[in-house]
Amino acid sequence: MRAAVEAVAQARPRGRRWTDILERPVFLASVLISPAVIFIGALVAAPLGLAVWLSFTNATAGSLSGKYVGLHNFRTEWSNPQFKDAVWHTFLFTVFSQVVVLLVAGLLAHALLKDFRGKWLLRFLILLPWAAPLPLSLMGWKWIFDPSYSILDWTLVHLHISGPLTAPHFLATAKWAMASVIAVHAWRIIPFAVVIFLAGLASIPREVDDAAAIDGATGFRKFASVTLPLQLPIATVALLFGIVFTATDMAVVYILTQGGPPPSFSTEMVTTWSYKTGVESGSLGPGAAISLALLPVLAVVSIGMLLFAKRTEVT
Amino acid sequence: MNAAALREKGLAYLIVGPFALVLAFPFYVMVITAFKNGTEFYDSTATPYWFKHGPTWENVRFLFHNTPYTTWLKNTAIIGIAVVGITLVLAVPAGYALARLAGRVGQSLGVGIFLTYLVPPTLLFLPLYWVINTLHQQDTLLSLILVYPSFTVPFSTWLLMGFFKTIPQELEDAAQIDGASRLKTLVRVVFPISLPGILTVVIFSFSLVLNEFVYAFTFISSTGHRTLSTGVYTDLIRGDLPQWGAIMVAALIPSIPLALLYNAFLDRFIAGFTGGAFR
Repeated sequence: MRAAVEAVAQARPRGRRWTDILERPVFLASVLISPAVIFIGALVAAPLGLAVWLSFTNATAGSLSGKYVGLHNFRTEWSNPQFKDAVWHTFLFTVFSQVVVLLVAGLLAHALLKDFRGKWLLRFLILLPWAAPLPLSLMGWKWIFDPSYSILDWTLVHLHISGPLTAPHFLATAKWAMASVIAVHAWRIIPFAVVIFLAGLASIPREVDDAAAIDGATGFRKFASVTLPLQLPIATVALLFGIVFTATDMAVVYILTQGGPPPSFSTEMVTTWSYKTGVESGSLGPGAAISLALLPVLAVVSIGMLLFAKRTEVT
Repeated sequence: MNAAALREKGLAYLIVGPFALVLAFPFYVMVITAFKNGTEFYDSTATPYWFKHGPTWENVRFLFHNTPYTTWLKNTAIIGIAVVGITLVLAVPAGYALARLAGRVGQSLGVGIFLTYLVPPTLLFLPLYWVINTLHQQDTLLSLILVYPSFTVPFSTWLLMGFFKTIPQELEDAAQIDGASRLKTLVRVVFPISLPGILTVVIFSFSLVLNEFVYAFTFISSTGHRTLSTGVYTDLIRGDLPQWGAIMVAALIPSIPLALLYNAFLDRFIAGFTGGAFR
């Protein structure tokens, strides 16, 4: 078929030159691709470079053209306990929420593989946290955690689990605030992981199941030695996305706690600390230096994604 | 039906049911709160799970008459439409070319473009804030229209690349044998049958715009230029006495239609995230 097309193209009488050039796949491809590539270069690659450059300057929101100060910003932040705390909090936030996500999503995806009445409704309910716009659904959480009239506290008090005066202040005490942002972020990512898991499970051929059944593998054995290994690659993809989404999130943490509560600032993350330094205090240079702490996460996840892309190309 | 199968189904309900209720719980609270009488919010004898004095439209009325909500709706719509337009113009041709014309290089370039989607706004907002300030575009809708395609274009290009690969090549070959040029084939044959893919990109881009918080929070400083994603938080929550009922109405109005659309197009989004490897 291809050859025939080429032959027809060859035989066609020569027209104007520019239309001829457009018939060449490589040329046409570059014409079609380059606007997108140039745009992405200008709005992602260039700002990334600019972030690195800014981190070596003392630029402020007031005086945009800062002076080169070498490693000064990095040295300052490196010895700043607030920065170290932010890195540690980001680590905890990411690890704990992702552990919850993987466990719950794995369980849900397996249960959702079976057909049962009302499944579409349950699937829709499960998907809601991911499908609704996050900055808006966080308004619901803000109200659920409200210090004076939290529905959670009301429930705890009415079930006599806690007294009216000892009910937890979710966003106002150090430990509860961290637990709350972890829970809310897990809540947000679980649906995403569920649908990715489901796609992965659906791709496992039926024959594998049958073969396992013939070999007498059932229940947990089958899960551990057949389903799990086959599901591992797709679980990794969900995890890689989850890590990026969580470590680089600012909406959940900022809207719920603004990095607080004071004085411990137990939910101050790399993102909120970079925002406070760069925008609220106007120190663009140091702010950019802080945000670069996210680069290693991005690098690791990108490499993971590339390995996965390679693997699926081969198989 | 045998007992084992029945037990399996029961187990599925037992696992999925409670989790579905927990995950949807905040939305239930939002709906109840949206139609609750203002006096019940701080009344400890009223159950937060239901109405004491019956549902009311008062919060909806308050939202539309006493807050700048309609302005934020309008701003969000303007930005959304502009961003969707830019995204389609850039991503449709690129996605097509990567799938069809560029061969193996196209696959690698596609993966490269997709990886840029992972670069988060929290890493780019300070340099872009610097750029926006230098261009004197701070506090304008234009600043967001310019910056938002930086995450809609990479993902949409990747999504469309996968989509175009599913369209049979023979269709185009036939058009070309009939004497149509490649460009004409693209406009007359390929784009019309790509409508579902393009629709997916429209919904996804709109959803990303509504989800974006960092840029909107950093670039926009006046109430009149805010979008839904920041206006509700900065102007309704951070005010002196939050009007929780109105805030929930504000959050639910865009969330419900978007959630329904998202659900309808779910399979395509999954194919996008998994690179079509699990279709």
